[in-house]
Amino acid sequence: MSFAREASRAVRTTFVLWLLTAILYPLVMIAFGQLVFPYQANGSLIKNAQGTVVGSALIGQPFTSDRYFNSRPSTTSYSTADPQKDDAGILKTGVSGASNLAPSNSALLDRIQGKSDPDPSQAIAGDLPRLEQAGIKPTADLLYTSGSSLDPHITVEGARNQVTRVAAARNLQPIQLEPLIAQNTEGRFLGIFGEPGVNVLKLNLALDALQPA
Amino acid sequence: MFQGWLQIALTIALFVALAPTFGGYMARVYLGHKTLLDPVLVPVERILYSLTGTETKEEMTGWKYARAILYSNVAMALLIFFLIMNQGWLPLNPTGLGAPTWDTALHTTISFITNTNQQHYSGETTLSYGSQMLGLGYHMFTSAATGLAVGIAFIRGLTGRPLGNFYVDLIRSITRILLPISIVGAVALILLGVPETLAGPVVVPTLENPALSQAIARGPVAHFEIIKQLGENGGGFFAINSAHPFENPNPATNLIQIVGMVVIPSAFIYTYGVFANSRRQAWLIYSMVLAIYLLFVTLTAIGEYQGNPAVNSLLGSVQPNLEGKEVRFGWAQSALFATTTTGTMCGAVNSLHDSFMPLGGFVLLSNLFLQIIWGGQGTGTAYLFAYLILAVFVTGLMVGRTPEFLGRKIEKREVVLASFLILLVHPIAILIPGAISLAFPETLSGISNPGFHGLSQVIYEYASAAANNGSGFEGLADSQPASTGLWWNLSTCFSLLCGRYIPIIALLLLADSLSRKQPVPMTVGTLRTDTFLFTGVTAGVVLILGALTFFPVLALGPIAEAFQIAKGG
Repeated sequence: MSFAREASRAVRTTFVLWLLTAILYPLVMIAFGQLVFPYQANGSLIKNAQGTVVGSALIGQPFTSDRYFNSRPSTTSYSTADPQKDDAGILKTGVSGASNLAPSNSALLDRIQGKSDPDPSQAIAGDLPRLEQAGIKPTADLLYTSGSSLDPHITVEGARNQVTRVAAARNLQPIQLEPLIAQNTEGRFLGIFGEPGVNVLKLNLALDALQPA
Repeated sequence: MFQGWLQIALTIALFVALAPTFGGYMARVYLGHKTLLDPVLVPVERILYSLTGTETKEEMTGWKYARAILYSNVAMALLIFFLIMNQGWLPLNPTGLGAPTWDTALHTTISFITNTNQQHYSGETTLSYGSQMLGLGYHMFTSAATGLAVGIAFIRGLTGRPLGNFYVDLIRSITRILLPISIVGAVALILLGVPETLAGPVVVPTLENPALSQAIARGPVAHFEIIKQLGENGGGFFAINSAHPFENPNPATNLIQIVGMVVIPSAFIYTYGVFANSRRQAWLIYSMVLAIYLLFVTLTAIGEYQGNPAVNSLLGSVQPNLEGKEVRFGWAQSALFATTTTGTMCGAVNSLHDSFMPLGGFVLLSNLFLQIIWGGQGTGTAYLFAYLILAVFVTGLMVGRTPEFLGRKIEKREVVLASFLILLVHPIAILIPGAISLAFPETLSGISNPGFHGLSQVIYEYASAAANNGSGFEGLADSQPASTGLWWNLSTCFSLLCGRYIPIIALLLLADSLSRKQPVPMTVGTLRTDTFLFTGVTAGVVLILGALTFFPVLALGPIAEAFQIAKGG
């Protein structure tokens, strides 16, 4: 067969399969998602009583104060930025990322236990001293950064260890917070696959509902 | 801990149980037998054949099959390169992104056409919805279908049949295997929370501090995600791939993703058994791969479960290594996913390989070196048989008989092609560019983790490219605008192309020459290849030939790092 015939068949196949797999298939799936499961298809967005979006049920947010259950450390601060000075354009697209620190990299230990330095801009506060100062018994999930930097969960133990602190800051009894943790724990699939995690944003929204901030 | 092992075991049991049914189905598809979907698909395929000008009766020789692959792949690559370079004015660009640098676009095109999906860019910030949906999503189907076509042509040749017609195999792989499963899978993923929308990102003030805003990236993810896994593509819609809660929101989607990436290469071994009419041999080979896979999963999981001793001493207890891992997956699902994704050449990640303990790093690199612990779409099974041919040759030498496989004599041409494939291409595509990068640590290598781990980062990147895997030790500064980005983009293109097209041509020529041989009758003197003994020898050949070449880099990388950590930094 001549070169021209072989080439023309390659080009025709390229376009026909493109129409099928890159245009027809996605459009059908998008239409299906928008019509049948619009909540999931648009990002599982959580709305407040006024109907404004406050976040996504699947994406974590940064929490560091004592009034809220703290989330895991994040390399992108959960894709957040100050809208006034967002030079990196984070709010334009949203970002995700990880530390990619090897277990043998001393920077990992510096980040966890902190590092003093005569030059204050070189010093690292460290997550372990921060947790200890706050009176939270550290767990692995609260020290290690997540894979996506958007992890919506902390472990159940990590949440329990924060109960006393949050209760004290809000003048609540610790016993009032325990059920909130249980309600916002997302369990294993079929009771078998994956690990249970407490959805921090949902938990903190429930906390605010219990006692407006 | 027991619970973690249980979920690993059940996931593996699930895809092993699927192998006979699904492998049998694939055999029916490629043998042209009747299947359940015929009433719908036969008319659709007739339209596709006539639009593409495919003559279904036409048989191709090895060379012709290879040429058809090359021509079609070039045409597809040009289309996608054009789409990416012009995404700035093309539709479906809600975040208003401009064109990436030419080398990023080139690397991305080659990376996706070769079924690798190595990503030297961040999905959210570099590529428009259009580039992802119309470009990369397209390659996910065609490159996976090309791999399946090569795999099946190889099996046909091995079992004495004509090789078939590339365009028929390409189209049938899509209409009968990839597309139907993708549609069902995408529906399941949407239901479980994966977005599927053309709307842009949402920006919301955060709960704790309203002065701080969060941008939630979205997109048409679900349909892309399922073919990313099923086709062993692995190129994430978002930078952080299957660790991103919108790509892989919960353990249910994670289960779909793990089974999705391994189900085709695992069942394909059974498909071979149907073609060769020797299910016994298929199960023996299957068990061999499964045994190595189980060992690898166990090693990775132990490393992650025991965690990082330096951090454990700060915590005062033994806790899993959760650096770069999501709480919902934990150590067990992360270790299982990582071992499976590197073994199957999928390359998606639900946790960051760079932060794995050295035991895991050792396994992940070994998977990339061996290329058959399930292996790539179609091509992985073909590699497995190339190893088998070498094992036949070696055992033939040991007992002093003419080596035969499935009643066909293995002669000089076959041994040359198989050993070229296994022993030469892969090491050249990995070690030579790796050595060049390491020789210029300041200007080229872009290492982010110091010490032994840095060597692993460089070797991993080329191994991932040459094995058409696509995962990475992602700390490496391999993308623009890093100063080392240009070098990495161009040098990995060499490994990507070498690792894809040279083996494809060699496999097709090998299949061609086997299919033309006169079958020799089986006698008492024939060395049987469907025995435990022979399978054991094959395992030895795999480990010696496949791994020994790379042992020095394993020793200098993960093994040395393990000693360094054990000694306390």
